[in-house]
Amino acid sequence: MSVAMSLLALLDESPNYGLQLRNLFEERTGGVWPLNVGQVYTTLARLERDGFVRRRPSDADEKLYEMLPAGRRRLREWFATPTRKDAPERDALVLKLVLALGRSDLDAADVIQAERKAAVELLQQYTKLKRDGTEHDLGWLFLLDSLIFQAEARVRWLDMCEERLTRTQQPKSNRKPSRPRERIEVKS
Amino acid sequence: MNVLQMTDVTRIHGAGHTAVTALRDVTLGVASGELVAVMGPSGSGKTTLLSIAGGLDRPTAGSVEVEGAEISALRPSELARLRRQRIGYVFQQLNLIDGLTAAENVSLPLELDGVGRKQARQAALTAMSAVGIEELADRYPQDLSGGEQQRVAIARATVGKRSLLLADEPTGALDSITGESVLRLLRGHADAGGASVLVTHDARFAAWADRVVFLRDGRVVDETNTPEGPESLLVPR
Ligand SMILES: Nc1ncnc2c1ncn2[C@@H]1O[C@H](COP(=O)(O)OP(=O)(O)OP(=O)(O)O)[C@@H](O)[C@H]1O
Ligand SMILES: [Mg+2]
Repeated sequence: MSVAMSLLALLDESPNYGLQLRNLFEERTGGVWPLNVGQVYTTLARLERDGFVRRRPSDADEKLYEMLPAGRRRLREWFATPTRKDAPERDALVLKLVLALGRSDLDAADVIQAERKAAVELLQQYTKLKRDGTEHDLGWLFLLDSLIFQAEARVRWLDMCEERLTRTQQPKSNRKPSRPRERIEVKS
Repeated sequence: MNVLQMTDVTRIHGAGHTAVTALRDVTLGVASGELVAVMGPSGSGKTTLLSIAGGLDRPTAGSVEVEGAEISALRPSELARLRRQRIGYVFQQLNLIDGLTAAENVSLPLELDGVGRKQARQAALTAMSAVGIEELADRYPQDLSGGEQQRVAIARATVGKRSLLLADEPTGALDSITGESVLRLLRGHADAGGASVLVTHDARFAAWADRVVFLRDGRVVDETNTPEGPESLLVPR
C-alpha cells in the first residue's frame, strides 16, 4: 500500500523506469527502508491493472511508466485521508516482556534493561545521522525524527514497565491475570 | 587524563536508621571531547552525582578529580575559583537571581572573577545568542517563560571558557525543537574539546551523548557501547 502510493507520488513528478523509481525511493528515505526491484515491478503491474499508471506506448522502451488521471486522483485522495492504524501489530518485544513475567529462571527487570540499552543505542545511531545530516533536507529529517520518536516511545514504555514491576512487589503467581480481559484484535 | 574522574564515589545522607545511600561506588570518567548522559528514574541519584562532580556536595567516600585536581584537597577559595572558572552548572531548579536581568545573571560568574563589566556583558550576549535569546538580555527572570529561563541558565553555564559542563535536566521546560538546540549546544561544547555530563530521563536527548550511563538506586548498572557507524542502520534486517 505505502509502496504503491510512493510509486504513484514519484511518477506524478515525472514518468520513470522501475529501477529508477526504486533508486529514487531509497534516496528519499535515506536507504532506511530498502526496496527490491521485484517488489517495484509487481506493484507497478498492479497499478497498471487498476488503471492508475500505464506503460508509455509510443516509447521504444516498454518499461517507461507514466501517471494516468485516475492515479492522480487516487494519490490526492491518499494525501487527504488521515493514515489509520486499524489494529495494533503483534509486537515481539511486548510478547517477550509479558512472557518473562511468569518465569522463575529470569528477572523481567534484566530483560527490560537489555531492551532499553539496545533501544538507546539505536537512538544514538539515528541521532548521529541527524547530526551529520544537513538542516535543509527536510524530508530526511522528517523520517529520522519519526524513527527517533518511535524508539523513544519504546524506551518510555520500558521505563513504565520497570516502574510497575518495582511497585508491584507481589509474588509472581499474583501477576498473572485472574480473569480473561477484553479482547483486542491483533494483526498477525 | 579525564576532565572529570569520579572513582568509587559513595554518598550517604544522614546517619543511623534514617541514612539514605544516594550513590554507591560510582566510577565515572569523562574525557575532553566527550558528552556523557546519565539516565535513571526519579531518586536514582542523578542530581547527587552531578553536585558531587561539580564540587557542590562532598562524597562520603571515594575521590573526585576535575582536570587532575582532587576536589577534597582544595581549599574553599580554590574550590570556589574552580567552580567559577572551569565548571558550568545548569541546575534542575535553574537558580536564577531575581534582582538581576537575564544578561546580568549570565555575566555574573565572569564579573565575580574580575572581568570588566563591558567585556562580561559582551561574553554574556554571545552565550545568549547561542541559545537564541539575546533579545531577552535586559528582561528579569520573573518576566520570562519557563523555557526562556532555562536557556538563560544554560547561557550562564556556558559563558566564558568552561572545561566541564554539568547539566541537570536542561531540557525540562523546552519543546522538542528548542530541546534539540540545547543538545546541539552541549554537543558543540564537547566537540570543541570540553567535557559535558547531561542528566536526563529523556532517551531522545540522552541519545546525543557518546555514552549513556544507566543509574539505578545510586549504582551504575549499565552503559551503552559506542554505537557502530550509522551505516549499520541501512542494511536490511
Ligand atoms: N539532603 C538530602 N538528605 C537526605 N536524602 C537526600 C538528600 N538529597 C537527596 N537525598 C536522597 O537521595 C536520593 C537521590 O536523590 P537525587 O536528588 O540525586 O535523585 P535524582 O535522580 O536527581 O531524582 P530526580 O529525577 O527526581 O531529580 C533520593 O532518595 C533522595 O531522597
Ligand atoms: Mg534530580
